[in-house]
Amino acid sequence: MRIFKPVAALLALATLPAISWADDVSALRAELQALKTDYGARVEALEARIQQLETASQANADAALAAATPAPEPAPEPTTGGGGASAFNPAISLILGGSFTGTSRDPEDWRVAGFPAAGDEIGPGERSFNLGESELTFSANIDPYFAGAVTFALTGEGEIEVEEAYVRTTALRDGLTVKGGRFFSGFGYLNEVHAHAWDFVDQPLVYQAMFGGQYRQNGVQVKWLAPTDLFLEFGAETGNGDGFPSTRLEKNGFNGATLFAHVGGDLGADTNWRAGAAWLTQRAEDREGAITDDEGTALLDGFTGDADTWVLDGVLKWAPSARRQLKLQGEYMRREEDGTYVADPSGLGQLTNYQNTSSGWYLQTVYQFAPRWRAGARYDSLDSGDARIEPAMPWTSLNPDRLSLMLDWNPSEFSRLRAQYDWDNARDDGDRDRIWRLQYIYGIGAHGAHKY
Amino acid sequence: MKRFIRYLVLLAAAATFGTQPAQAALKVLATTADWGALARELGGEQVDVYVATSAMQDVHRVEAKPSLVARARSADLVVANGGELEVGWLPVLIQESGNSRIRPGAPGYFEATSALRLLEVPSKLDRSLGDIHPQGNPHVQLDPRNIQAVAHALTARLSQLDPAQLAYFTARARDFDARWDAAMKGWESRAAPLKGLPVVIMHRDQVYLCHWLGLVELASIEPKPGVPPTAAYLGSLVSKLTASPARLILLNAYNDPKAANWLSERVKTPAVVLPFSVGGSRKAADLFGLYDDTLDKLLAALK
Repeated sequence: MRIFKPVAALLALATLPAISWADDVSALRAELQALKTDYGARVEALEARIQQLETASQANADAALAAATPAPEPAPEPTTGGGGASAFNPAISLILGGSFTGTSRDPEDWRVAGFPAAGDEIGPGERSFNLGESELTFSANIDPYFAGAVTFALTGEGEIEVEEAYVRTTALRDGLTVKGGRFFSGFGYLNEVHAHAWDFVDQPLVYQAMFGGQYRQNGVQVKWLAPTDLFLEFGAETGNGDGFPSTRLEKNGFNGATLFAHVGGDLGADTNWRAGAAWLTQRAEDREGAITDDEGTALLDGFTGDADTWVLDGVLKWAPSARRQLKLQGEYMRREEDGTYVADPSGLGQLTNYQNTSSGWYLQTVYQFAPRWRAGARYDSLDSGDARIEPAMPWTSLNPDRLSLMLDWNPSEFSRLRAQYDWDNARDDGDRDRIWRLQYIYGIGAHGAHKY
Repeated sequence: MKRFIRYLVLLAAAATFGTQPAQAALKVLATTADWGALARELGGEQVDVYVATSAMQDVHRVEAKPSLVARARSADLVVANGGELEVGWLPVLIQESGNSRIRPGAPGYFEATSALRLLEVPSKLDRSLGDIHPQGNPHVQLDPRNIQAVAHALTARLSQLDPAQLAYFTARARDFDARWDAAMKGWESRAAPLKGLPVVIMHRDQVYLCHWLGLVELASIEPKPGVPPTAAYLGSLVSKLTASPARLILLNAYNDPKAANWLSERVKTPAVVLPFSVGGSRKAADLFGLYDDTLDKLLAALK
């Protein structure tokens, strides 16, 4: 019988759940019934309310509409990020650019005849597909007194170059602004314009020959805007001179100075203009950049001396409607150089005295003839000058020139596709290089605001 | 040359005295004709208003031209629309002016939209959706209730900048408020036949007008904000509007009327050109005229 007890216990155990299950089921049934009646009542109540609302809604709709808009509650302050740690992140914008290039002559021997080679960022570049510089810009206010911006140029070869990195004052009054760091100089019209905002694929020849594209250095700039209804701006700069046609100097202090003035205004409601003049005085010590002959052999290299440059610039814009605009612009530059060159640098390397006045100009026009289309033409002309060289060596004054035609399509503010055709006589040897380029420029990120 | 000499003399004078002579009136630089008109209504003789753009310009695409930089230099107050409408040019203008009194955040910088709650605040920010504004639709001037809300905020700002004129500004604001209330009543009763009217709009800048008048927006000629219509899209609009016809096609004085006129002919619906902004038509010489003329044109087109 000893076995009976566990069996009874087992039986009891087995029946227990059955009993409780039965209890559960009946309880659930009761609950469900209660719910059904309860929900029935609730649904009825809801239906009644909907009915009520539907009849009232017509009358209420207008009141609701009226309440929705004009409530004079202040909108939340604009923020740049989603709050938290990223709320103070700077504005970021990225420019993607590239081109397809075809040339009738070997781009390897492209040069501006009679002018020293001004760095490696000039000329039509290589043939076929090319990745342009991707420009990455960060900018923000630093504190109540300063704002800062940096633009990195990422080249297709994987190099990162600091194109601009500067801080400027924001709290000064009376038209005064001070800028320091690395920045494009304020002389001329095009020098300050970033590549993605150019109206042609490349800079005018005069900028390429005289400043290697664009002049910038590490330094400081002071600008003052006169308190007049006519736009009247004066600026002065100095720096380390680390940019063609100047070089860093083997001494303390700074290299040279730039003075510029701009004046501008309106001519009626549709037309506005700006004109400017600038003077740059700079010094170079053993500057890289050779003047070569037809064969590409260096005749003179390693300039040491002074370079004074005058720049006159002007731009006129006429916008007869919201969808059309005509832009006419031109600049003239004249440079006096006085110093020494190393003649025949690959041979005897004799030091010669060198005095020269070279000059150049361009004139261009761009017409927006439909909301998304622009066409343009540009003519470049240079004069390499009658150099006085002692001891004497053969020198011919050369006149490189170029004609460019451009057409671009701008599907939106953030994208641009462009075709450009050049009859390029930069080598001035009678054999015009026919250069054609297709270019794309896209901008992502923060909405950039462009200068005039 | 004479003018140039005059400016040189002025410059010399400014340099001699070091500071400018104290100006009686506040110098106001308004970005659009509407806010310029409002500043004149409220400021009267105590403000000297310069308007940066005209009703014939697309305020999205304005340049920081030299004359505007010069005006910004001497401005005591910038009255901007805000909502990033001027994002492409006003920041440069303020930066180039060297005038720290009108920087965003300073008392000399006022945004009309700061007094309003904007419609159409996008839930998703993506440029594939066209020219969208992160803070909402900034084209607020065609709802008169917005004008009133901005008027209150602007009066406070004017008084803050020139406390000596507090009583003057308040009196003018009261007067404007009363006239505006009366005018609004008139407009709303005149506009009664427009309620529920199905319309086609050009750009999202007509949304506030539709909202105020109870116009029902059936379609937009721009498929996305700032994106011009393709032939295929216009074709789809024709079939859509043939199925459920609109009564009017609305466009603004500065718009290119080509697409709207084409559509108007195809679907036999009148296209009506609205002034959109003060100065957008001969009769829209001030804010009252803007609304009078907008209603005149809408009601005339219905007949």
